[in-house]
Amino acid sequence: MQLFFSYFKDLVGREVTVELKNDLALRGTLHSVDQYLNIKLENTRVVDQDKYPHMLSVRNCFIRGSVVRYVQLPPDGVDVELLHDATRREARGG
Amino acid sequence: MSWAGPEDIYLSTSLANYLDKKLLALLRDGRKLFGTLRSFDQFANAVLEGACERIIVGDLYCDIPLGLYIIRGENVVLIGELAQKAEEVASDLKGTMKKRMDFLDMD
Repeated sequence: MQLFFSYFKDLVGREVTVELKNDLALRGTLHSVDQYLNIKLENTRVVDQDKYPHMLSVRNCFIRGSVVRYVQLPPDGVDVELLHDATRREARGG
Repeated sequence: MSWAGPEDIYLSTSLANYLDKKLLALLRDGRKLFGTLRSFDQFANAVLEGACERIIVGDLYCDIPLGLYIIRGENVVLIGELAQKAEEVASDLKGTMKKRMDFLDMD
């Protein structure tokens, strides 16, 4: 089931906001992604900086895929039709 | 949508670039561990050398030295690369201030 891995690979270089299960939200440039949907962000800034002072000097980070709740994308970052087709193909072919 | 091509092997989210760097590891229980990454594996298990736990309360923080740590990957939330400059400037500043204070014969 490589669909989202391939999808995220196409989004490399875009600005995304990753919301984690511990409620921490990080904004940054998607640097890379892997089969576990681990994410590497560059130019990382915390959405609520005051609440997380320890993150002040963190510019690049590795986020374990298992702790991601949401990945928020720019509205023009989604080609819904393409995603739709790929999903149908996956569902059919498996 | 593109499928995996030969050039995609270069696109890998590995911790290899973080080796021997001073990092912040955020754990699921809220702990913040600082240390130098010496090893890792596919589960994001990590070996931190010179690890310390930084406890932050408001504007104050304190470091508890822990030594050599192996962190089980399932507890890892995030591994952050610390901007070397910020930490270095802070410790460089410490050095110069102490030199300036030498005439005080504090020791």
